[in-house]
Amino acid sequence: MRRIINRRPGRGGIVFWGALPFLGAAALYAVASALRLAENPNDKLLPPLSAMAAAVARIAFTPDPRTGDYLMWADTLASLHRLGLGLGVATAAALVIGIAMGLIPYVRAGLSPFVAILSMVPPMAVLPVLFIVFGLDELSKVVLIVVGVTPFLIRDLAMRTGELPAEQIVKAQTLGGSTWQIVLRVVLPQMLPRLVDAVRLSLGPAWLFLISAEAIAATEGLGYRIFLVRRYLAMDVILPYVAWITLLAFVSDYLLRLFNARCFPWLKAGKGSA
Amino acid sequence: MSHVSVRGLWKEYPGQVVLERVDLEIPSGEFCALVGPSGCGKTTFLRMLLGQERPTRGGILLDGRPLVAEPGPDRGVVFQRYSVFPHLTVLENVILGREFEGSRFLGRLFGARRRAAEEEAKGILAAVGLGDHLRKYPAELSGGMQQRLAIAQALILKPKVLLLDEPFGALDAGTKAQMYELLLRLWSERKMTVFMVTHDLKEGFTLATRVLAFDRVRVDPTDPGAYGARITYDLLLTEKTAVQARLATAGRPRETQDRHGTQVAAL
Ligand SMILES: Nc1ncnc2c1ncn2[C@@H]1O[C@H](COP(=O)(O)OP(=O)(O)OP(=O)(O)O)[C@@H](O)[C@H]1O
Ligand SMILES: [Mg+2]
Repeated sequence: MRRIINRRPGRGGIVFWGALPFLGAAALYAVASALRLAENPNDKLLPPLSAMAAAVARIAFTPDPRTGDYLMWADTLASLHRLGLGLGVATAAALVIGIAMGLIPYVRAGLSPFVAILSMVPPMAVLPVLFIVFGLDELSKVVLIVVGVTPFLIRDLAMRTGELPAEQIVKAQTLGGSTWQIVLRVVLPQMLPRLVDAVRLSLGPAWLFLISAEAIAATEGLGYRIFLVRRYLAMDVILPYVAWITLLAFVSDYLLRLFNARCFPWLKAGKGSA
Repeated sequence: MSHVSVRGLWKEYPGQVVLERVDLEIPSGEFCALVGPSGCGKTTFLRMLLGQERPTRGGILLDGRPLVAEPGPDRGVVFQRYSVFPHLTVLENVILGREFEGSRFLGRLFGARRRAAEEEAKGILAAVGLGDHLRKYPAELSGGMQQRLAIAQALILKPKVLLLDEPFGALDAGTKAQMYELLLRLWSERKMTVFMVTHDLKEGFTLATRVLAFDRVRVDPTDPGAYGARITYDLLLTEKTAVQARLATAGRPRETQDRHGTQVAAL
């Protein structure tokens, strides 16, 4: 017998072991749900898959009698719009401020204590302030995402920029590069993939802030819907929504990873099979 | 023209004197090898020549004028590591200097001007033996190839002064010999002034026309940072035979190649 640390699963094995927890969780749910329903056919806590499928059909594929909208798609669109806007603004701000902080000593001296303190302010604690200042509509939700995510992105990017070997920056100067040219041709191209990775890491917090803001004040959105139907214990809507949000987050993470691999071929250069 | 004068140079870091009273006159076109024990301030000296670091006292003149206090295109450099840009291909790495020069706002050339820069870069890359690897990224090159790329990159702007910090430290003997040949050819073609830090004395004596040895003359055992290093030997090697004789008396002559490709006993 070889030690277990030296035994590796094959290709099929990886699929099997990867699928196992998912299948296990699904089976566990099915059994628990069946047991509860056998006891009380009107139980709402663990609805059967058929009930969830029916709920999804109702909210996603039939127009709402009141508004004529397909609710799930309208919610998805509203949420993704806020998320995209918030993350877009945060990313743009981080790109400019982060690189400036990492590269220009005066900007670093001026901003780094401020950003360090700012990043410690719990965003949820300032949500009421945002609602008061920006009103209850779209803006305050977008601003919450921006406030919550930007300091992390800035600090991460400033650190990554600062970690660029000093030799590279000196070298670029000996090639006659001005500060602007160095930013454009040396720093920015190397920082973009780092920024994309940082955005991937902040997808989780961004969704958290979005759903929290929607739960408190909104008229549509994935978070709004979940908290609305909670009053009716509508687990058959909540669970598919949670799964849908998870899927959206997973896909955006995957797309960002793909973006890095596609747009920055030098990242992978020299690492194994090319 | 690139006459370097160093006048009464001191460099101190907090709690430590690194260099003290360094005076040098290096005529244009000299090839200087800087040798000395680790930590004695060779890289620091190179950094001051580069303008990356300021002298505490004294100054450096380039052709009679004080050195610009930041790195610039008149002084090319090859560091031991991190000298090339990992996100640019071999060709892009080399034309970058021309792109900076030709496009102030975008730092990028297009069309005919780009093709001209590429042609020029291809010529230099062929000279350093990288003509077949134009589209590769630095990570796909071996260490020696990366150093050759760094040299090609530093040469495109035809710097007056070339600074090399242990450029061949990580190379095998065969590649080193190739690089020596290349460097000497470029040096004699371009008439640059070269400063090369090396730990390999043999390398220094093979390549240089002048060897500068840095060392501490005085040491205070209770305060190791009290005194800095100075130039303890300033050997002119223009007359290799004279050096040969001097070294022969020091014992253990060893075979080595001088820059004309003939066998010379040195060190
Ligand atoms: N940025 C710095 N701050 C403080 N001290 C420094 C700094 N850079 C170098 N030193 C000190 O200056 C001395 C000389 O360093 P330097 O790098 O010039 O040595 P070196 O001769 O190049 O050595 P090596 O041959 O090992 O590369 C060292 O004792 C080092 O501790
Ligand atoms: Mg050194």
